[in-house]
Amino acid sequence: MVALIDYGVGNLFSLRSSFAAIGEAAEVTSSPEKIRRADRVILPGVGAFADAAARLAESGLDEAVREAVRAGKPVMGICLGMQLLFDRSLEYGEHPGLGLLRGEIRPIAERIGPGLKIPQMGWNALIFKRPDCPLFRRIREGEHVYFVHSYSAVGCGDSLAATAEYGAELTACVWRDNLFGCQFHPEKSGETGLRILKAFCEA
Amino acid sequence: MITKRIIPCLDVRNGRVVKGVNFDRLGDVASPVDLAEAYSRSGADELVFYDITASAEGRALFTDILTETARRVFIPMTVGGGINTTADFDRVLKCGADKVSVNSGAIRDPSLVGKAAKLYGDQCVVLSVDVKRVDGVFRVFAKGGRENTGMEAIEWIRRCVGDGAGEVVVNSIDTDGVRKGFDLEMLEKVCEAVRVPVIASGGAGCVEDFLTLFKTLPGVDAGLAASIFHFGQVSIADLKNRMKEAGIPARI
Repeated sequence: MVALIDYGVGNLFSLRSSFAAIGEAAEVTSSPEKIRRADRVILPGVGAFADAAARLAESGLDEAVREAVRAGKPVMGICLGMQLLFDRSLEYGEHPGLGLLRGEIRPIAERIGPGLKIPQMGWNALIFKRPDCPLFRRIREGEHVYFVHSYSAVGCGDSLAATAEYGAELTACVWRDNLFGCQFHPEKSGETGLRILKAFCEA
Repeated sequence: MITKRIIPCLDVRNGRVVKGVNFDRLGDVASPVDLAEAYSRSGADELVFYDITASAEGRALFTDILTETARRVFIPMTVGGGINTTADFDRVLKCGADKVSVNSGAIRDPSLVGKAAKLYGDQCVVLSVDVKRVDGVFRVFAKGGRENTGMEAIEWIRRCVGDGAGEVVVNSIDTDGVRKGFDLEMLEKVCEAVRVPVIASGGAGCVEDFLTLFKTLPGVDAGLAASIFHFGQVSIADLKNRMKEAGIPARI
């Protein structure tokens, strides 16, 4: 069973539906006990970093995420959920993240130059940095996925698994051992997104 | 590189797609869910559902349709029509919508955009504007294009984006239904005024109109149309291929 962590940030309807579509059991939950029993864990999220980090901490679910990572279970953050895995974010001030991945979250405006829209909203092609990343088992480089974000992870080092070109190469996927992250929304990325979720279930 | 988006719009009344719809070889498709699925398969980048129902029963059917679509279709979904309060945002977001489009609701209550952006994030709030030239000035029209509000359009758009609208759909009443191409003059003015994504609507009659749009105005992010897709004058798969051949980034 895949636990989809519900900590009051964003709507999990599409994410739950996409696991149903690939025939994988998934449950939306805010129970640490259920997360402990799950084989895999997804940390979703949309909205502001500071608010989401606070909700995760208040609910005690940050500890459930750390525990799942320590136990060696595949854990994946999506969009803001991915950003929360890092050391810190510079979105409206400076806020600590879970510190499970090295690097920090910074505004894309610093890097993309003046001509491009903020947020990056739409479909962009994946550029593989770590073609061996288990999330890519069922897709090819150059397939498009759906992004909506104004901030992105920098300084990811070896964990940088894929980027997307948007005035600069922005972090699209990260991977270290059993820990994964997607800046884009696999649950909104058509067939390609479903294949990435399937690959996560096989990781 | 980010691709230009192609967005079919589905008008829904009492649970059915308005107008008889002939989609590819599917024949008459009146179920919005089936049509949404077919569009997704043919390469649509996003879907817009527009609720033109007046009754409460129709509204309940509409939310059922959104829920069922979100179960089967995994591309972004924007919902509009009858969005007047943040409770309306809540109602459609719970059914799996990703973005909510406001038009007359924002004109009636200009604080709606700001309130919704704070609650759900800028990326969730789409401003839709019906614009028409009156004595050489772009004016905002309300009530489906029937009523001149007297507001200057570029100023209105700038104000709503300042309040938190994360995307703007520009419907040109002047070119809508004429099928002789998008309103490039109007769209250029909007692109100069704001830095959020701009979606062109109104006037597409053939594939070339989309190519001209994206070639002439690199600031336009997406093209939206309804009947030319529904009636099969333009197939989305064909359009995407032609965009690619013309050097316009497209998701195939």
